[in-house]
Amino acid sequence: MKKQKLRSNLITYGIVLAAYVIVQALIAADSLSSMMKGLLVPLCVYVVLAVSLNLVVGISGELSLGHAGFMCVGAFSGAFFSKCIQDVLTFSPLRLLIAMLIGAAVAAVFGILIGIPVLRLKGDYLAIVTLAFGEIIKNVMNIFYVGIDGAGFHFSTQDEFALNLAADGRMIISGPTGITQTPKDATFTAGIILVLITLFIVLNLIDSRDGRAIMSIRDNRIAAESIGINITKYKLMAFTISAALAGAAGALYAHNLSSLTAKKFDYNTSILALVFVVLGGIGNIRGSIIAAVLLTALPELLRGLSSYRMLIYSIVLIVMMLFNWAPKALEWRERNLGRFFKTSPNK
Amino acid sequence: MALMVEIKNLGISFGGLRAVSELDMEIKKGELYGLIGPNGAGKTTVFNLLTGVYHPDTGSFKLDGEELIGKKTIDINKAGIARTFQNIRLFKGLSVLDNVKAGLHNHYRYSTAAGIFRLPSYRNAERQMDEKAMELLKVFELDGLADHLAANLPYGQQRKLEIARALATDPKLLLLDEPAAGMNPNETQALMDTIRFVRDEFDMTILLIEHDMKLVSGICERLTVLNFGQLLAQGPTAEVLSNPQVIKAYLGE
Repeated sequence: MKKQKLRSNLITYGIVLAAYVIVQALIAADSLSSMMKGLLVPLCVYVVLAVSLNLVVGISGELSLGHAGFMCVGAFSGAFFSKCIQDVLTFSPLRLLIAMLIGAAVAAVFGILIGIPVLRLKGDYLAIVTLAFGEIIKNVMNIFYVGIDGAGFHFSTQDEFALNLAADGRMIISGPTGITQTPKDATFTAGIILVLITLFIVLNLIDSRDGRAIMSIRDNRIAAESIGINITKYKLMAFTISAALAGAAGALYAHNLSSLTAKKFDYNTSILALVFVVLGGIGNIRGSIIAAVLLTALPELLRGLSSYRMLIYSIVLIVMMLFNWAPKALEWRERNLGRFFKTSPNK
Repeated sequence: MALMVEIKNLGISFGGLRAVSELDMEIKKGELYGLIGPNGAGKTTVFNLLTGVYHPDTGSFKLDGEELIGKKTIDINKAGIARTFQNIRLFKGLSVLDNVKAGLHNHYRYSTAAGIFRLPSYRNAERQMDEKAMELLKVFELDGLADHLAANLPYGQQRKLEIARALATDPKLLLLDEPAAGMNPNETQALMDTIRFVRDEFDMTILLIEHDMKLVSGICERLTVLNFGQLLAQGPTAEVLSNPQVIKAYLGE
């Protein structure tokens, strides 16, 4: 069992590394379209988003629809840091690293603040309230104005002029226009490293005392309580770690865009992350990675087929659903692909 | 012999329904005690009161001299009470081994960071947990199934696993809620041996709810009979089971 788990985890890391090597080879051979190149960092972002959401949905068993909100918080705080420091700290990998750490930390704080009231709810109610919190975060960011001048930071929720910036001042966050000209520090290598770190944290957490506690609450809350497991603590732990990882992903995302606006983080993004998780198999980490990559890259790859594009996309969605959930398909996988695929979550 | 459980004047109402009232009960250390009564008599409610799922309106409850009324479920578990459930509540997505290891949660500790970064404290604690859990599984002859998912076990073994998980929390008092429900006579017989073995081997005090009179008369030393939330009879098993009022409550006039 232990060995099996370890091997399964190693395969997951292996897939990510193999993908990295292949893409690097393709870039070196100059056979990757600029469209695909532009997609590399978002792919990593979505993989991290899906894996971290799977920690809440699959491992902790709570339906959260506000994941984009944490990504938003991470994106803005990370980009804010880089904007402020870009003239002082010019070594971009370090700047990106610090920005991602800040994004993760701020998102974690939001995870705790939102988690404490929200995790008292269950099921549909939890889903609705997280959805609402995600939208609140987005809308608050949308009216946020921050500028800097010799006297320090100026905040407002009115407009740029309410900041009363001195002549030498400059805007950092300007409401609906968001943050523009964030240093473009994000690289595919940085993205892959973030994916690997995320996998390391999530996979090791699952296979530890804390992970066992989190999954026992998912499987039977009353029994978990009866053996002395602190429900609130462990639900909050899963929620917060998930939020922090989404925040780091958001910071990476922000450093790949020339203009960062809050409206990118609406519920569509949350739902998209949930689609990755559900189609990849709830609780199946490797599945989340594959689903996120496939469903992000597919629309671009199929661009040549123009009008058939969405048709093929939806067929792929259905096929993935069957592959992961239909009993017959599971049986077939068990028989033929048992070595490579997990047939049930967390086995 | 010293008292393990002291219940005085325990009572709870749900709306207008007096589910349990004025219950007094004393269980000695190492005793095998039965709580019986017709359906709806309030037996499981008593278990829920003792484990902090419900909080009583009146009364007191001491475990080994420590007052537990008003405490939360997890603190009551830490104080030394573990239970099984009438409708089995296992962690179905976890392996048999992990179910027991979940029960060891509060006895072997390491930090979250140690778990993520696989520090020596993680390795040590996990190894000890594996050993301890396998020991417990051996008692219930489940060690060969350690890697199976709990959901895939047959019914009788699921009941045993639930007891193993409860014992993993190292309780002073074990509450068994209808351990023989759904078992055939052979399985019940084996279960009786297991319960006796647990009591002797772990020096455990056991309070059990059961409808199977063969099991009750076979292993329980003393009984309390509830009827409509009221105490009907109390005392040594043979005496209680021949009490005309008890027979009337079970069989009618």
